Amino acid sequence: MATNNMPKRNIMSVLDRDFLEIRAKVLELAASLDRLDRASEHPGSHPDRRLAQIRLALEVLSIPEPSRAETVQRIFSVDYDPQWQSAFGIGSEPRS
Amino acid sequence: MNYIDPHIHMVSRTTDDYKRMAMAGCALVSEPAFWAGFDRSGVEGFRDYFRQLTVVEGRRAKLYGIEHACWLCINAKEAENVSLSREVIAMIPEFLELPNVLGIGEIGLNKNTKNESIIFREHLDLASRTNELVLVHTPHLADKYQGTRMILDMLAHESRISASRVCIDHVEEHTIRPALEAGHWVGMTLYPITKCTPSRAADLIEIYGTERIMVNSAGDWGHSDPLAVPEFIFEMRARGHSESTIRRVVYENPLAFFSQCQRFRFEPRKEKLATS
Repeated sequence: MATNNMPKRNIMSVLDRDFLEIRAKVLELAASLDRLDRASEHPGSHPDRRLAQIRLALEVLSIPEPSRAETVQRIFSVDYDPQWQSAFGIGSEPRS
Repeated sequence: MNYIDPHIHMVSRTTDDYKRMAMAGCALVSEPAFWAGFDRSGVEGFRDYFRQLTVVEGRRAKLYGIEHACWLCINAKEAENVSLSREVIAMIPEFLELPNVLGIGEIGLNKNTKNESIIFREHLDLASRTNELVLVHTPHLADKYQGTRMILDMLAHESRISASRVCIDHVEEHTIRPALEAGHWVGMTLYPITKCTPSRAADLIEIYGTERIMVNSAGDWGHSDPLAVPEFIFEMRARGHSESTIRRVVYENPLAFFSQCQRFRFEPRKEKLATS
């Protein structure tokens, strides 16, 4: 995590301003999960990768670590292959 | 507070938006070339578009007291057509002497394909040969992390362009750190659903500070808000951040990045001094 000189707010000031908005977002998420549970199975389909991503992201939310947003972003991301330039057959030599 | 929107597609917005932005304090916009919502049929379509960006749009902005600058390129969505892309890249220098052109952009990747990578590198070659600033579009949603890392790889191999002359745009929580660590400027795009919200952008400012970071609306013909930068200002004020901190992000930082372009001229609005 980067460090900087930005002033830090205390938890009470964050809660005083943001509690209702956080409550609304948690409620919206709960209702979205209920909506998924109410929906019927798609005939003949395999489990959808997106459901697994949602379940994994929900697990991350309950872990008290300082970069949950970054971790959730990665769960919903395609992986990066450092050898991609070789796979494409384009050079990775420095241009100068 | 006067502010700058360093990424907005005003050709897609109405004059009502110009008026509302002016009333909210917008002093300057910079408009990257982008996808029109359909693939253009040939290089002459791009020549007309570049004339619109470099001549017509500035006149429209001026009517509302807003300065207008722009960036030129063929966007990544059309880069699959390599031969057309090369024709457009060859034509861009016709416009590079115009005073309101900031550089090459928004180039980048969309679906992270081989052809997109080839054309991105050829845009970088043009920027290095002509000593232009570079504005980089990073992909959407699931493709963003992979595409941003690929873009940073290609920039790292382009030693003719200083990292500080490149802005990596549309960064989010998972891409801001590698872009800043590579020495680039970054832009956070404030969108209603995708990309950053004003509150998440404020979170990232609180985590990473204000150095080499800008915010923009990227307002276009899709779901977007041309007043997103004022929303960010409102969010930062509500959290108790100082006017100088906010001003650095929404005004001084874009000016510092743009000022690396030798053609760039900007006359700040004169503040009236209070008298007692």
